[in-house]
Amino acid sequence: MNVSFTDEELAFRAEVRSFFENDFPQDILEKQNLSIPLSRDDTVRWHKAAFQRGWGAPNWPQEYGGTGWSTVQKYIFADEQARANAPAYLPFGVSMVGPIIYSFGNDAQKQRFLPDILEFNTWWCQGYSETGAGSDLASLKTRADLDGDHFVVNGSKTWTTLAQYADWIFCLVRTNSDVARRQEGISFLLIDMNTPGISVKPIVLLDGEHEVNEVHFDNVRVPTENLVGEEGKGWTYGKVLLQHERTGIAGVAGSKYALSRLRTQTGTAVRGAEPLASNRIFMRKIAAAEVELKALEYTELRTLASVASGKAPGPESSILKVAGTELRQQIDALCLEAAGYYALPYVRDQYVVDFPDADRIGEGDETHSSLRYFNDRKVSIFGGSNEIQKNIIAKHVLGL
Amino acid sequence: MDLSLNETQLMLADSIEKFVANDYDFETRQKYADSPTGFSPEVWKTFAELGWTAVTIGEDDGGFGGGPVDLTVVMERLGRGLVVEPFLSNIVLAAGVLQRAADEKQKSEWLNAIVAGDLQASLAFVEPSAGYEINDVTTTASRDGDAWTLSGTKAYVLNGGNADLFIVPARTAGKRRDENGITLFGIDADLQGLKVRDYASIDGQRAAEINFEQVIVSDAQIIGDTDKGFSALQSAVDDATLAVCAEAVGIMTVLTEKTIEYSRNRVQFGVPISSFQALQHRMVEMYTACEQSRSLLMWAAMAMTSERADSARAIHSIKYQIGVAGKRVGEEAVQIHGGMGVTWELDVAHYFKRLTAIGILFGSADWHLDRLAALPG
Repeated sequence: MNVSFTDEELAFRAEVRSFFENDFPQDILEKQNLSIPLSRDDTVRWHKAAFQRGWGAPNWPQEYGGTGWSTVQKYIFADEQARANAPAYLPFGVSMVGPIIYSFGNDAQKQRFLPDILEFNTWWCQGYSETGAGSDLASLKTRADLDGDHFVVNGSKTWTTLAQYADWIFCLVRTNSDVARRQEGISFLLIDMNTPGISVKPIVLLDGEHEVNEVHFDNVRVPTENLVGEEGKGWTYGKVLLQHERTGIAGVAGSKYALSRLRTQTGTAVRGAEPLASNRIFMRKIAAAEVELKALEYTELRTLASVASGKAPGPESSILKVAGTELRQQIDALCLEAAGYYALPYVRDQYVVDFPDADRIGEGDETHSSLRYFNDRKVSIFGGSNEIQKNIIAKHVLGL
Repeated sequence: MDLSLNETQLMLADSIEKFVANDYDFETRQKYADSPTGFSPEVWKTFAELGWTAVTIGEDDGGFGGGPVDLTVVMERLGRGLVVEPFLSNIVLAAGVLQRAADEKQKSEWLNAIVAGDLQASLAFVEPSAGYEINDVTTTASRDGDAWTLSGTKAYVLNGGNADLFIVPARTAGKRRDENGITLFGIDADLQGLKVRDYASIDGQRAAEINFEQVIVSDAQIIGDTDKGFSALQSAVDDATLAVCAEAVGIMTVLTEKTIEYSRNRVQFGVPISSFQALQHRMVEMYTACEQSRSLLMWAAMAMTSERADSARAIHSIKYQIGVAGKRVGEEAVQIHGGMGVTWELDVAHYFKRLTAIGILFGSADWHLDRLAALPG
């Protein structure tokens, strides 16, 4: 057993670090450090900077313009990205629809869509969940009926992240209701958000942010050429996608960064109070979270090692989402606790560039700790709730 | 043995429940919370007219002379309605201090006006570097003839942006954390040198950061004896701690009820999600946490009624219990509601946010458990 990096891998780490220190838009890192939400333009700009560096798609094979990185390189990249407190890649294009298109799409679709995803010329969003189809996604009702060389789409999607900025949406739609298994009537369709009949309605989350939306389809005509792969195979493609990015789902790099930042903060005397580091009760909790994190990191490394040696991810990979999201929420709660009374002010007006320091309530990200704690309640709900994850593990891993 | 509420308490509970049901639905609550004051001045006036602001005021001071049990009766109902009216700030904290320490002149000027709903008041018991220690007072008041000069900063002053009157603990003698040497001042909000930064709080209430820059006040502003303000401060904060625990019991009850209700109506995989045993057990745990908290709250309220000396044990116990149970019930309610649980639109998230704030107010679960463990057995 050996987890040390080779000289090449260490050189790669230095290269990535240098990118974030020099070539990544520094004003965006500054915003990240001040917990200022990124604008659409910010997000486009930094993705394009990554593209310029040749890193538009860390997870894609080289033939489509990806980096062709080894699993170890991807791991190092994610680690450095979190260390720089840089934003994560918006997953909808590069991690979700991109791999589906190059795995199951035809040549025309690959040529039409992949370069724009790589260069971040198009903003994608995901149309899976519906009001009545959450954990039970296969019960989705949005219909796509064939009419000549078009599908006519009717229905509604919900929890659509950043649909307000999106150019395109990839959807699971029902193209056939007359099937033995509900899953068999579902197809994977790409829809231009500018098509007549589409409307986007904001959903504000508990922290006050407009992050997700409802997307309504009223007789939306979509050319049949936008169907990916075979009709009725959408569910299978979606499942492959879920298995595609097993690693990363645990959010190890992000949790590592958040926890080390918290530990650093405990050594500082805030406003003249004693440093938290002298509070044994609190430090025990940090230590416990660090143990959890180490275990999670090695579970992820086991998965990476088995993928790196050409094998399928082991069954242990199934626990990454549950364990990773629970740990993230645990760290959020610790940050909230560390901030004490300063977690309570709801001062979103402070999260702008050049807010005068003299008027600022709280130090560092104290007042943001509560918002993150609230917002991250979603991580154990989205992408298949943790209850659903446990059902899957019970059935497919434990054979119950 | 009798653990039931008496006739008066039942009537009080009933009238507040009716008020919430008829006049304070969630939409109305949100409207008040989003208004510049963060509450409804008309509703507050109604509270005074109905006598609710006088429930815990002593009979000598024109109130009904209610004790800790009566306080919990009121607060549990306000919790159920997620009411944002400034009861805690005006009645439990500010009037709580004035009742115990103010002279007759101050009572007639301030206490009566607060109880009548005509004066908004705030007790500035938090300091930026003090954590949860209310004896850690670094705001100073120095004597100059018969005037005092105040300097320092108070954090998270509940209702601070609305206050006409601040009650301010300041250090007049002793070292940083000495209980002796803390003096309480009643300070008009419009005095020169007083800077108030008003903001919304995560739970829909309002608070402020207050800065005193050479604020000059007279001897007449001192509430109680010079250097001897800590006892009244401690007692008012103890009452307020019990009050938010009762509020939390009301909130947890609502969240448990709403979660059970939602699970019965939410159909996935062709059945209500309430039929899943994994969820049933978790709702049983929510219910258990609620009922255990309610039981401990009864004990704590009675302990504070009969034996003020044992109030430290009661307060530390109940706030620890509420801290742990509140976090658990709040998080579970959100999780079982799924995506709906994290939306602004649904009341569940707002109950959860208030529980989160209560978990911090007057000390975290760990802080109280630590103090409880340090009490002599």
